[in-house]
Amino acid sequence: MNKRTARLRRESLDAEPTLSEERALLVTDFCEEHEGKHSTPMMRALCFKDLCERKTVWIGEGELIVGERGPRPKAVPTYPELTCHSLEDLRILSTREKTRYLVPPSCTEAYEKRVIPYWRGRSMRERLFGQLPAEWHEAYDAGIFTEFMEQRAPGHTVLDGKIYTRGLRDFQEDIARSLSALDFAADPEAYDKREQLRAMDVACEAVVRYAERHAEAAEALANRESDPCRKAELLKIAEVCRWVPAHAPRDFHEALQAYWFCHLAVITELNGWDAFSPGHLDQHLLPFYRRGLEAGTLTEAAARELLEAFFVKFNNHPAPPKVGVTAAESGTYTDFANINLGGLLADGSDGANEVSHLLLEVIDEMHLLQPSSNVQISRKTSDAFLHHALQVIRKGYGFPSVFNADAVVEEQLRQGKSLEDARAGGCSGCVEVGAFGKEAYILTGYFNLPKVLELALHDGLDPRTGKQLGPHTGGAATLRTFDALFAAFATQLSHFMDVKIRGNLLVERMYALSMPAPFLSVLTDDCIRKGRDYNAGGARYNNTFIQFVGIGTLTDSLSALKQLVYDEGSVPLPDMLKALDSDFSGQDALRKELVDGTLKYGNDEDRADDLMVRAFDELIALVDGRPNGKGGCHRVEMLPTTCHVYFGSVTLATPDGRRAGAPLSEGISPVQGADRKGPTAVLLSAAKMDHIKTGGTLLNMKFSPSILEGEKGIAHLAALVRTYFKLDGHHVQFNVVNADTLREAQRHPEQHRDLIVRVAGYSDYFCDLSRALQDEIIARTEHGTTPGC
Amino acid sequence: MNAPRGRIFNLQRFSLHDGPGIRTTVFFKGCPLDCAWCHNPESRSPEVSGAAGREVSVDEVLSAAERDRPFYETSGGGVTFSGGEPLAQPEFLLACLLACRAEGLPTALDTCGFAPEGVLLAAAALSDVVLYDLKALDDRVHVQATGVSNVSILENLEALARSGASIWLRMPIVPTVNDGALDMVRAAALARDLPGVERVCLLPYHALGVDKALRLGQKPRFGPVASPSQETLDALAAPFREAGLAVQIGG
Repeated sequence: MNKRTARLRRESLDAEPTLSEERALLVTDFCEEHEGKHSTPMMRALCFKDLCERKTVWIGEGELIVGERGPRPKAVPTYPELTCHSLEDLRILSTREKTRYLVPPSCTEAYEKRVIPYWRGRSMRERLFGQLPAEWHEAYDAGIFTEFMEQRAPGHTVLDGKIYTRGLRDFQEDIARSLSALDFAADPEAYDKREQLRAMDVACEAVVRYAERHAEAAEALANRESDPCRKAELLKIAEVCRWVPAHAPRDFHEALQAYWFCHLAVITELNGWDAFSPGHLDQHLLPFYRRGLEAGTLTEAAARELLEAFFVKFNNHPAPPKVGVTAAESGTYTDFANINLGGLLADGSDGANEVSHLLLEVIDEMHLLQPSSNVQISRKTSDAFLHHALQVIRKGYGFPSVFNADAVVEEQLRQGKSLEDARAGGCSGCVEVGAFGKEAYILTGYFNLPKVLELALHDGLDPRTGKQLGPHTGGAATLRTFDALFAAFATQLSHFMDVKIRGNLLVERMYALSMPAPFLSVLTDDCIRKGRDYNAGGARYNNTFIQFVGIGTLTDSLSALKQLVYDEGSVPLPDMLKALDSDFSGQDALRKELVDGTLKYGNDEDRADDLMVRAFDELIALVDGRPNGKGGCHRVEMLPTTCHVYFGSVTLATPDGRRAGAPLSEGISPVQGADRKGPTAVLLSAAKMDHIKTGGTLLNMKFSPSILEGEKGIAHLAALVRTYFKLDGHHVQFNVVNADTLREAQRHPEQHRDLIVRVAGYSDYFCDLSRALQDEIIARTEHGTTPGC
Repeated sequence: MNAPRGRIFNLQRFSLHDGPGIRTTVFFKGCPLDCAWCHNPESRSPEVSGAAGREVSVDEVLSAAERDRPFYETSGGGVTFSGGEPLAQPEFLLACLLACRAEGLPTALDTCGFAPEGVLLAAAALSDVVLYDLKALDDRVHVQATGVSNVSILENLEALARSGASIWLRMPIVPTVNDGALDMVRAAALARDLPGVERVCLLPYHALGVDKALRLGQKPRFGPVASPSQETLDALAAPFREAGLAVQIGG
């Protein structure tokens, strides 16, 4: 990287995440003044336009790609209309040990005097909680599931290639056509559609104006600039911002800036989960790259510098901090924007190209927390591309993560998408599959599987709180066979799935009615054609996901119960329950037997793995295909982010020997330390689940660097990837680091601030993680191998 | 039918150092040599007792080896029979190799070569590659370090090469024992003149065996000494490269 990039990167790393009250105040002022004057979509659009016209425009020294969500880098706006931070939240955010956000006194004051008084009782979060029934709250409080939309808006959304061939002015023409086609005589929804379409048009206008303001600011800076080089750059920036995103980009620079304005607009309009993502960036940029090189207007070095400037922009945008109970928990700064590399083209041919390789080099050089990146590996992907990606992975940044592009297509075809849309789709957030630019695929919450087994073992009672949460499925005396136990588990599962899904439909409807996202709707097919919002079923495809956590802990627990209680009869169920409820107090021998003497998932041992498959099939039967309110379906995902730590904290000891409060297994990875037969056995166990029936699974593996040395190490890693994918595995990511390094980082965090590890579906700075999560990562099996003789 | 059973001390999956690709290595128990630096002292005795080894059937070996087949197919790997010395249990070894062939599993034989020629050639004929150890060319050194003469080992190597086997010649590089420059020149000349030597592997000594011996309550006969450096290994590899041979450092 050149000097300028190094400086911009350093500044981005050094900037302190700080809360900014600017957006909250602008939104509060606007809503107060205009309350009741407009339809809901128009209200949202006009409020967004007001923001675009008034928020601070920032152009940093030496920047090439411009635009910040807040008034300056890492100044993070808030979204009080969704979730209004309390003064206590602000205090915790600014004082907690990990992932702190500075809160200036002006922000606290604005919240105290202006923001909180207006939004109290009005924010989406409060309204949702007020509407959700008691059974939902009880399960939520007990830690059986979480709810995404109490913190942020529906998201995980990814852009396709549409903004590289058309500008917002073109989309406005589409909107005008849809408007003129409305038939108020025949269509009872014509009014709703008109308001929605008008809102989309206003949103386009707002973003064009926002870009123009950057052009004006760049020109003003150019007028004052004495350095002729920088002056020329500023004038070029002004030219770019006057052209995009109003019009289709004409060169590489404009293409990146066009995306960046769309990105900023989406994350300013609402704080959708996982920000926004450019999707197949390598494929989208290729025509601009080739044309620029051919015409002599672009060099590889210039393209690299622009890409690196683009990466810095992502890193300048920490996730908006959460509110409520979670404010005290260790969060993450990463906002999960994710770039896809390689994969397939819509015609089914290999999508990797020279820009893919260039981006891998940029990822390697920059190794920033954000953006996340992944490679999509299909049968057609060359070994050259896979090996290049693995060489970057081997350095231990924890990215890019590796996806099975063929499985990603097959999963989407099963959901009823067209082949072309499926191929042009990919993965975002952690591991979620979607049709880029054409889908609202909404994650709704994590679901605690071992907790449900705990309830099944206690006749529906939560032994942690003594509350009867689930139906009565029988106490220990009635669970005479393993099948009876499994049936009780399935009944509890079914009950809480009903509770969760009823809640999901309510939350979804509330967002559809009161939280439209007109600009995101412009970018998502077929919202304009249908005259319907992204949050109300306007997208071509609409899937709703529940993410299941702890399948490893669940499987090992079922396996231990089956083996010791039912098959061998060596431990009566009441004795087992007593041991669990007392956290194995005085039961060291039993606990040792459970840990060392029972069959575990992750060892390619069918007797354990079959139980995993049985539980997984139960999930699919209970969730997959159940309708959501947008014309789509509920689907299963197997990913934890960091929720396995929280879920573990509310779950007592489990029959696999796990102690009360300890983290659950994460993703579809085996229980930490339970896999003893090496990586091939882990992959074979994990592949026994039918990944194609999910919307994403997450498998973490950790390797010490020694295994991956040399060409041979890369070839071995590639063979692991290719084999897992041949078996329909969805995703695998590799941590390449040894446990000693991590322990050293715990002792001396100040010396290891740059240590990035793969957490679960994303990478984070090791030193920013909670001690529990750090310990958990250290405990994850380090797959070593002994030298042969 | 009286199916042969064998004594093994380990079945190692994701084995990366015993032949091409990702492999499962079956470590036979019992070895006729007594190498001073032995990495697997637990393999020396043919007896299975307690945790040190177990008796298995051919079916058990095959069903274990079968599990990682998808990885063999992607990586060019397979099953390696190692030890100890697999040729010391010829009936069981041949039954395993035959069964692998019947199932289409690629195989490698990892041997010290100290066995009747007929047994070696029969096993080699059923193996896709033979990893053949060359511990020292100087017989005095060989006797001292391993307890046996290398005369029959070298004769067997000749016979193996003539039989058309694909051979990976594996040379442990043990500081002060067999790491002389002249040793390498002689070995390179030998390897060059033998048909079928596909590559030469220089296996740097490491002190794992000392650690293991101590844990087994044995007194290590050699070392620990420092492993040879990369520069030393590169220098030792030079004569082989000059002889036009493919050299691999490490397994």
